[in-house]
Amino acid sequence: MQIGDIDVSFTNSSAFMVACVLLVSTFLIFGMRRSALVPGRWQSVVELSYIFIANLLKDTVGSQGRPYFPFIFTVFMFVLFGNLLGMMPYGFTFTSHIVVTFTMALFVFLGVTVIAVAKHKMHFFSFFMPPGVPMYMAPLLIPIEIISYLSRPISLSVRLFANMLAGHTLMKVFAGFIIALGAAGVAPWAFVVALTGLEIVIAFLQAFVFTILTCLYLNDALHLH
Amino acid sequence: MSDEHDHTDLDALGTRLDKARQAPIDPTRVEKDNNNEKGNALSLAFRVGVELISAVAIGTAIGWGLDSWLDTRPWLMLVFIILGGAAGVMNVYRMASGFGYAVGYQKNNHDAGNNPKSGGDKRKTDIG
Repeated sequence: MQIGDIDVSFTNSSAFMVACVLLVSTFLIFGMRRSALVPGRWQSVVELSYIFIANLLKDTVGSQGRPYFPFIFTVFMFVLFGNLLGMMPYGFTFTSHIVVTFTMALFVFLGVTVIAVAKHKMHFFSFFMPPGVPMYMAPLLIPIEIISYLSRPISLSVRLFANMLAGHTLMKVFAGFIIALGAAGVAPWAFVVALTGLEIVIAFLQAFVFTILTCLYLNDALHLH
Repeated sequence: MSDEHDHTDLDALGTRLDKARQAPIDPTRVEKDNNNEKGNALSLAFRVGVELISAVAIGTAIGWGLDSWLDTRPWLMLVFIILGGAAGVMNVYRMASGFGYAVGYQKNNHDAGNNPKSGGDKRKTDIG
């Protein structure tokens, strides 16, 4: 499918992103449908994820971060469900693609920068010149600080992408050995079982890391030094 | 059942509630700590690598872009590769010494103004 010069085909990746959004919405909306005072199992999980992110935001950003809670929560749920969808048989892990993670990181980065500039106006640029540094260091230090600031979206996206890619590739390669080795395939099979558990932990952990880094960047934007 | 009995019961319940509220109720926190102990060294090493590489990559990209703009190939790229390496090392140093991800030299943005010596650094330096 082509619009102008841009390829806008509906790919595997897009399909699973739509599935992810639908799943998250179902999970949250139907979990809270009854919104009982004494929550059931499903509702507890929904409330737990809410409280978890709310606490994370409170600990890292403080009360000023509250307006950004919906965004942070969305990022967390999207990445988490994306990671977990990849753990399903025949699933496709869209978070294992640098395009997807980098786009998300780029939007986080741009958004955080816009917030910082809107909030602090020109004072924002003192970010790149730490206080107490002698003037003659400025020509060297400012480019270094700018590079360090610009490398944020890369380190944010590469971390998620590389973890998901490496883990899932490893799993699929070892799963391929099971059939190829015949009876001796028990060994890679046991390994894949163990690896599945590890991958699920990593799916949670990387979603958490992506979220906490977003919170930390937001914190920098809101409370400039 | 007298009123007094009710009161002591309620008081006991109150103290128990207070205790329960003070205890960390977040079950994910325990899990997180466990993960930190196990995967700490590996994830730290991975993060150091990512920080170094990404800073150099950005430096190279900036240098290359400036070069094609100003027609000075390859000089600015060479300069910016080195600056990128410096930025990477600085990022790693900050990460390792507990500055977290802040651009700048103050440990904690909340406490920095009030008591810089206490170093109440809530930033997690050992995540993923």
